[in-house]
Amino acid sequence: MRQSLARAIGGVAMVGLLVGAAACASDDEGGSGSTDAAACGSKIAFFGALTGGNAQLGINIRDGAKLAVDQYNKANADCKVELVEKDSAGDPAQASGLATSIVQDAKVLGVVGPAFSGESKVANPILSKEGVVIITPSATNPALAAQGDKTFHRALGNDASQGPGLALYMKDVMKVQKAFVVDDASEYGKGLADQVKQTLGSVVTSSAVVKEQQTDFGALVTQINSSGADSIFWGGYYREAAPFLKQYRDAGGKAKFVAGDGVKDQAFVDGAGAANAEGAILTCPCVPPEKAGGTFAADYKAATGREAGTYSAEAFDAANILLQGIKAGNSTREKLETFVDGYTGQGVTTSFKFQENGEIDPSAVAIWAYKVQGGKIVADQEAPKS
Amino acid sequence: MNFEFLGDNFMSLTVTGLTQGAIYALVALGYTLVYGVLRLINFAHSEVFMIGTFVTTIVWAGLGFGVGASAPGTFGVLGLIALAIVAAGAASGGTALIVERVAYRPLRKRNAPSLIFLISAIGASVALFELVGAITDRQPRGMPSLVQPKVQFTIFGADITNLQIGIILSALAMLAGLDIFINRTRLGRGVRAVAQNPDVAALMGVNKDRVIMLIFVLGGMMAGAASVLYDIKVGLTTYSVGFLIGIKAFTAAVLGGIGNLRGALLGGLLLGVVENYGAGVFGNEWMDVVAFVMLVVVLLFRPTGLLGESLGRARA
Repeated sequence: MRQSLARAIGGVAMVGLLVGAAACASDDEGGSGSTDAAACGSKIAFFGALTGGNAQLGINIRDGAKLAVDQYNKANADCKVELVEKDSAGDPAQASGLATSIVQDAKVLGVVGPAFSGESKVANPILSKEGVVIITPSATNPALAAQGDKTFHRALGNDASQGPGLALYMKDVMKVQKAFVVDDASEYGKGLADQVKQTLGSVVTSSAVVKEQQTDFGALVTQINSSGADSIFWGGYYREAAPFLKQYRDAGGKAKFVAGDGVKDQAFVDGAGAANAEGAILTCPCVPPEKAGGTFAADYKAATGREAGTYSAEAFDAANILLQGIKAGNSTREKLETFVDGYTGQGVTTSFKFQENGEIDPSAVAIWAYKVQGGKIVADQEAPKS
Repeated sequence: MNFEFLGDNFMSLTVTGLTQGAIYALVALGYTLVYGVLRLINFAHSEVFMIGTFVTTIVWAGLGFGVGASAPGTFGVLGLIALAIVAAGAASGGTALIVERVAYRPLRKRNAPSLIFLISAIGASVALFELVGAITDRQPRGMPSLVQPKVQFTIFGADITNLQIGIILSALAMLAGLDIFINRTRLGRGVRAVAQNPDVAALMGVNKDRVIMLIFVLGGMMAGAASVLYDIKVGLTTYSVGFLIGIKAFTAAVLGGIGNLRGALLGGLLLGVVENYGAGVFGNEWMDVVAFVMLVVVLLFRPTGLLGESLGRARA
């Protein structure tokens, strides 16, 4: 008896919910239909780590996006857009919950993020299924574009796009004669190393493979020293690169050291020792914020009190693309998606145009070379594009 | 395969291998001491080493020798090294003692089977590993170059630097000291007595618990010293640094004959050199394969390791 009563109450509640939901849905349609000029009251979401070990990158991105939204709201005080912050702590395990909460808020049209590749892998299918426009300013794993998430866009080059520019920098700018290529057998490291080998051709005289977490490089150092190479390319991360470079310089090695963005971290310089790392070239598909166009660097400093960090400028651009779409009256996720797909325009980092799979057009990918100078990583110059 | 490379750089590979092997040997002592007395593999020993690497960086940073600082004069360097060895030795020894108190002693009092100790050891290892990982945000910690390597002399085309000489000599000195301590002193005699027969030793008036504490502290101190040498050599540490070194040191201990102090030295140096040759001949990615193939081959012919298990025998 009690059971059936409970069931009856449950049934009534369900019906009530459904009716309520239907009413809400129709309300929403009416609401958005009436404001055609610009999609006022729309939201865009930030998705990335604001706490945890990798929070700094997330904060850089959030602040870049926030600057864009604040500037927009100042210029359009009668028709504001809200930035929703979703802190993932960089943890892929939290990504699906956050993505679902974004999807459920019908006012959220687009996302700046997710910041990291791991969480993107989980969140993108959920966001994309409900049509939420994704523009990541930082996740660079090439596989993300091949997941079939139709609303995915990447506001910078992926890991693979770094290889050719990097190799051209070694060839044309550094004029490398004899290169020794090392990789760590990871998807990222080996991918970069293979592209460098391909572009440099016979200039690469020998190569070696290191293991993850390796810290003792006695044999490798001897090998490089006896090969007579004038430069070393390191396809891998700073964890292994720092102790390697220290041991190599300690053994009297003089060759120039070149690596990708996996090594571009202050921990690399600190670990290898500033004197040992001096002159090392580190490339990244990220535009140095101080070289970004317009008044971005100054505006960022004025707004946050800090210098713009890695990916701040990309996030600013990503948010601006979404905002321009909203301003143009694209009040639904579907319309905004069409707008972003067809978007062409100049941002502070580069000129934007997306390919079918969401990747930025190859001609627009900006690869920058950074140099270790006086214990700090500073921007050197943009790598040649061809 | 590249035997020509091995031939051309034989001395150079030997010296870098010995340098790494010396660090293995110091860590291996901790495994060997505990095994010799308790017949227990202390898997938390790798974390004892890891604690030492962090304490070294903290002490140096606290003395104004943090990231970005330049190395002080010769006496300053020696002072920093001495201080770091004391501090890291104390921290690692203390950690080993805590592990003994928390993870092993309660089990020993209840006569738990040896399998339980193994689980407890792994648990202690994971707890320490994750604790430090959480505290350091899993970020690596760098330190400046303390010793500027200078080539001291050249033998057979290999440049030998002060750093390499220093690491090998300090490891040898520490091993010799421990060897004398175990073989010549009263406390050392107690250790050997407990290793040989704990019950008879107890009847003769040896305090078994104190001996066990002593070996954990000694092993921890050696790991602490090793961690200072490691920091000077590698210049970077993370919460997961103990894992690989721990496995290699354990291998070295087994190779030389676990429970045997001199075996740990021989095993450590041999492992360091052979894996370096292996990396030279077959390529760097084959380093561990060569090391473990050697271990299997040695154990096939000498199942108790090169020098046998003998902490409790008349001569260690």
